[in-house]
Amino acid sequence: MCDTCGCNVTHANAHLVAPGGKLSKTGGGHEAVSVLRGLLHENDHAAGHNRSHFDRHGVLAVNLMSAPGAGKTLLLESTIAALGGELSMAVIEGDLETENDAQRIRARGVEAIQITTGSACHLDAHMVHDALHHLDLAGLDVVFIENVGNLVCPATFDLGQHRNVVLLSVPEGDDKPAKYPVMFRAADLVLLSKCDLLPVLDDFKPAAARHHLQNLANPAPVFELSAKSGAGMGRWLEWLGREIAAVRQATAARNAVPGDTASAARPTP
Amino acid sequence: MHELSICQALISQLEAIAREQAAQRVALIRLGVGPLSGVEPQLLEQAYPIASAGTLADGAELIIEKLPLRVSCEHCGQTTDALPNRLLCGACGDWHTRLVSGNELQLTSVELIKEETEMIKDARAI
Repeated sequence: MCDTCGCNVTHANAHLVAPGGKLSKTGGGHEAVSVLRGLLHENDHAAGHNRSHFDRHGVLAVNLMSAPGAGKTLLLESTIAALGGELSMAVIEGDLETENDAQRIRARGVEAIQITTGSACHLDAHMVHDALHHLDLAGLDVVFIENVGNLVCPATFDLGQHRNVVLLSVPEGDDKPAKYPVMFRAADLVLLSKCDLLPVLDDFKPAAARHHLQNLANPAPVFELSAKSGAGMGRWLEWLGREIAAVRQATAARNAVPGDTASAARPTP
Repeated sequence: MHELSICQALISQLEAIAREQAAQRVALIRLGVGPLSGVEPQLLEQAYPIASAGTLADGAELIIEKLPLRVSCEHCGQTTDALPNRLLCGACGDWHTRLVSGNELQLTSVELIKEETEMIKDARAI
């Protein structure tokens, strides 16, 4: 939604702005000002800046979200182990306290910026902006933003990412998309993590998780994997490769001189 | 409890609008909140007095309009009501729907108090 073309006037709120002009006097003599602007306008503005920054460098930004303990950091460790030689990555870690996750990533030889939010239950675009001041994007392929473990609040705040990846671990139960619709509606990809536990936690039905996601009208793909055993990691890594290529291509197209098809086709350095 | 962060963002917008309009205080705030915005209107109401204390929006009336959840079906073209975790078409049951309304989190309008300056009052008196 934006504040310039009127696309934030929806079917439901149009009647609120119909009477009067931008400025109209009320009965009490107060001056009424029609605003119709997202409450998170400042956050969304900062998120837009972050996204432009990633775009300029042709770097894919992935916002990883899940409940605490669903395996976000282990997924990143396994991804680094699998692709560390081919891809250049960096990680922005969000936690209420400790540098534990950043240290796990650094131990794998990948740069990690830790944001400790104190009591804040989510990352916002301003925090990511500050973290980006400490991160040189030149030469990177992908930046993972590991959000605070929480299935509620992070869903409301745009960080400037290109894609939202939501993990749903087997011990949590297959009805999480029905319980947390705002989060799972925002997912561009859902990873059913800790699938090595499926034989023991056999009440978790991947088909049921897919069904609940479909009820949210979300066509996002759902992959089953275990970052611990490595099973199913291939599809996730392929997805990642395709998304990195798409962002790189879009940046190349933007940088190309209009009408110069040769430079549009040329890969970015 | 991200409602407090959202209230703080609201206060900062209100202060900017009041400055822009040369108003002294905010009297009333109307918000539109949809069920899929991720924000609980009740928690927003509780957080508001804390976030607004000492600002020019302190004591302002907060009216939150809960907006309906409606989806439009890509299959049959109908627009129907839906539930937050069941965004299926109410007419044909298909899941290929588009949200028409229900994820709004917006400041709809504000009412400002502008006190006339002595100079304007003097000019009126003449």
